[in-house]
Amino acid sequence: MTLFVILAIPLLMAAVSAAFSRNRYLPGAVTLIGAVAVLGVAVRPAMQVAAGMRVVGIANWVALDGFGALVLLVVAIVGATAAVFSLGYMGKHDGTVRWGRSYYLHFNLFLFALLLVPMASEPILAWVAIELTALFSVLLVAFENTHAALEAAWKYITMMFMGAAIALLGFLILFWAFELGGGGAFSWDVLHAMAPHLSPVLMKSAFLLIVVGLGVKVGFVPLHTWLPDAHSQAPSPVCAVLSGVKTTTALAVILRLVPLLPAHLVQSWLLVIGLISVGTAAFLLLQVHDYKRMFAFSTVEHMGIIFVAAGIGTAGGNFGVVFQILTHSLTKSFCFLAAGAVLLAVDTREIAAVRGLIRTSPVAGAALMLGGLAITGAPPLAVFLSEFSIFRAGLNAGHYVVMGLLALFLTIAFIGILLHVNRMVFGQPPDDSHIPKVALPTSSVLALGLAAVPVLVLGVYLPEPIHQLMLAAATALAR
Amino acid sequence: MTGSSAMVWLDYLAALVGGLFLLATFGMVVTRQVQGCLRYFILQSVLLCASALLLGLRLHSWHVFAVGVIDLINKPFIVPWLLRRTVREEIFSRREVTQVLNIPTSLLIASLLVLIAYGLARPLLHVADGSYISINLPIGLAGLFVGAYTASVRREAVPLFLGLLAMENAALFAGFAIAPKLPMLVELAVIFDVLIVVFVFGILTRAVHEHIGTTEVGTLTLLKEESKP
Repeated sequence: MTLFVILAIPLLMAAVSAAFSRNRYLPGAVTLIGAVAVLGVAVRPAMQVAAGMRVVGIANWVALDGFGALVLLVVAIVGATAAVFSLGYMGKHDGTVRWGRSYYLHFNLFLFALLLVPMASEPILAWVAIELTALFSVLLVAFENTHAALEAAWKYITMMFMGAAIALLGFLILFWAFELGGGGAFSWDVLHAMAPHLSPVLMKSAFLLIVVGLGVKVGFVPLHTWLPDAHSQAPSPVCAVLSGVKTTTALAVILRLVPLLPAHLVQSWLLVIGLISVGTAAFLLLQVHDYKRMFAFSTVEHMGIIFVAAGIGTAGGNFGVVFQILTHSLTKSFCFLAAGAVLLAVDTREIAAVRGLIRTSPVAGAALMLGGLAITGAPPLAVFLSEFSIFRAGLNAGHYVVMGLLALFLTIAFIGILLHVNRMVFGQPPDDSHIPKVALPTSSVLALGLAAVPVLVLGVYLPEPIHQLMLAAATALAR
Repeated sequence: MTGSSAMVWLDYLAALVGGLFLLATFGMVVTRQVQGCLRYFILQSVLLCASALLLGLRLHSWHVFAVGVIDLINKPFIVPWLLRRTVREEIFSRREVTQVLNIPTSLLIASLLVLIAYGLARPLLHVADGSYISINLPIGLAGLFVGAYTASVRREAVPLFLGLLAMENAALFAGFAIAPKLPMLVELAVIFDVLIVVFVFGILTRAVHEHIGTTEVGTLTLLKEESKP
């Protein structure tokens, strides 16, 4: 029942936003109320799952296991902070843009689809939900209605739909393997239970098709080409959701397949795909010109890290996967909100054009600095701990070369991001004329403050319920 | 006519439909008119539904039959109608002047893709039991590749999009044979999903046309790592 309440809230708010789209304040307000309510309602089932229970909506269709609960909680948190940030961000765009009135309608629908993905225990329902996340976010990417935004949206939808068709065939082959393996109610649990009886050749084909198809949505190199475009052109609160959780939801579905395949095979695939993504993104990070693209490439990097962690294959590795998903989503959404604050303050996306931000807008400057440090894994912030747990698991499992390369790439990414961020925040402006201070909207500052809390806290203190939830999630990923 | 000879006829028909399905996919590769591309897509969709209907009869599976009927209304009628409503009419009368690769080369590549698809499907067919899987799976895989190829060489928005829809048709073409017991709710969700896709594509194409003044989306290259907007 709770699960349906969670799904119904954004749908209701979407309807209200559509009905009162001419009202200046109402759609934003109800979206905020809805997103916060979703978070409030989602905490209870997540805690129940952490305590070892299962929350079932419709058996074998909509249910929450440990991993689903963690992803659901992350989606709800990011959705709520993005809704707060939207208020101030949209205040600037009111009525001037083509889709200005429908922003909140699409935002709510997008949130609905994102919340559905972790709950879907029927694999093809998960495919439908992932497809909906893409469709409902296209017009959000195109929102600014500039040449660049439309081009990004076009690339985005083309790649998304191409990936969807490939993944669909993969899921159908998965169903075929499932029928041959005994059949019954098609769900992740039943698949998991019959894993040894699934035809290996069918599972391999299904897995490869799904990795390619959903990998487009996750942004693995070389399927990532749309990602920096879409994640840089969309309005910042949408970027926070896209980069923070949309990529993660698609990745989560791939990760559910991993225990269904022979271990030795799938682990080497995961390690290779992951390392390629991390390495490529690290070098691309050195030469970006646009600070939103920079964070987008960092998403490609982190998706790769999670894949490497999944390739370790031990319980420690799975814990690293779950931890990294949690910290990356929360930190990356904070980074994009910080980037949005910078954009509000300086009105340019060029890294080279932004210097001395700490004087122009101390809040945006400090947030960007914190975001840069947090996402690159500087201690004692949350990502540092999750990356550390992955290294520990990898070294314990004897993957010395992989972990060495991972450490190298992470160092390169660290240097790349912090070099850019440092210049933007503390650099000397070209002409030393007096630059006026820019005040950010109150809601944006509030959103930054709220989003910063988990980034700062999770590095030094992991609340016990969250720890329990992570353990439950890691167990759900185990063979 | 006895029951078994009717079954044999159904199998012949299914093989024929499969061949025509692949031909229609090739038609989308070679045609230059936007209008012609749409006609081939409609033909391909009708053949997809025909295959579902035959399969429904053969397996006595009423729900595959029902999905075939629903899709027969959806793909050949509602999808083109929705596309025409959302995209401007003038785009449909267009001929593509520039192509990334010329048509003979495209045909050659598409044929190679079909060969590759048959090669890739072979190990899977060892697991298969029914004759329908051995017809539909390689053709579906080939259609997926050829559709992806069409989508990647087209520059004009509508043919590119039709190439993507052809990919989905191909996935379903294989899907009806390999997963006939799929819950009907899921298939309906997939069909419903296509309508949203068409709607969103239509709106976006229209916006690109109005704002940038072209629907040659293949020539949009503003967003690159080197260039500075």
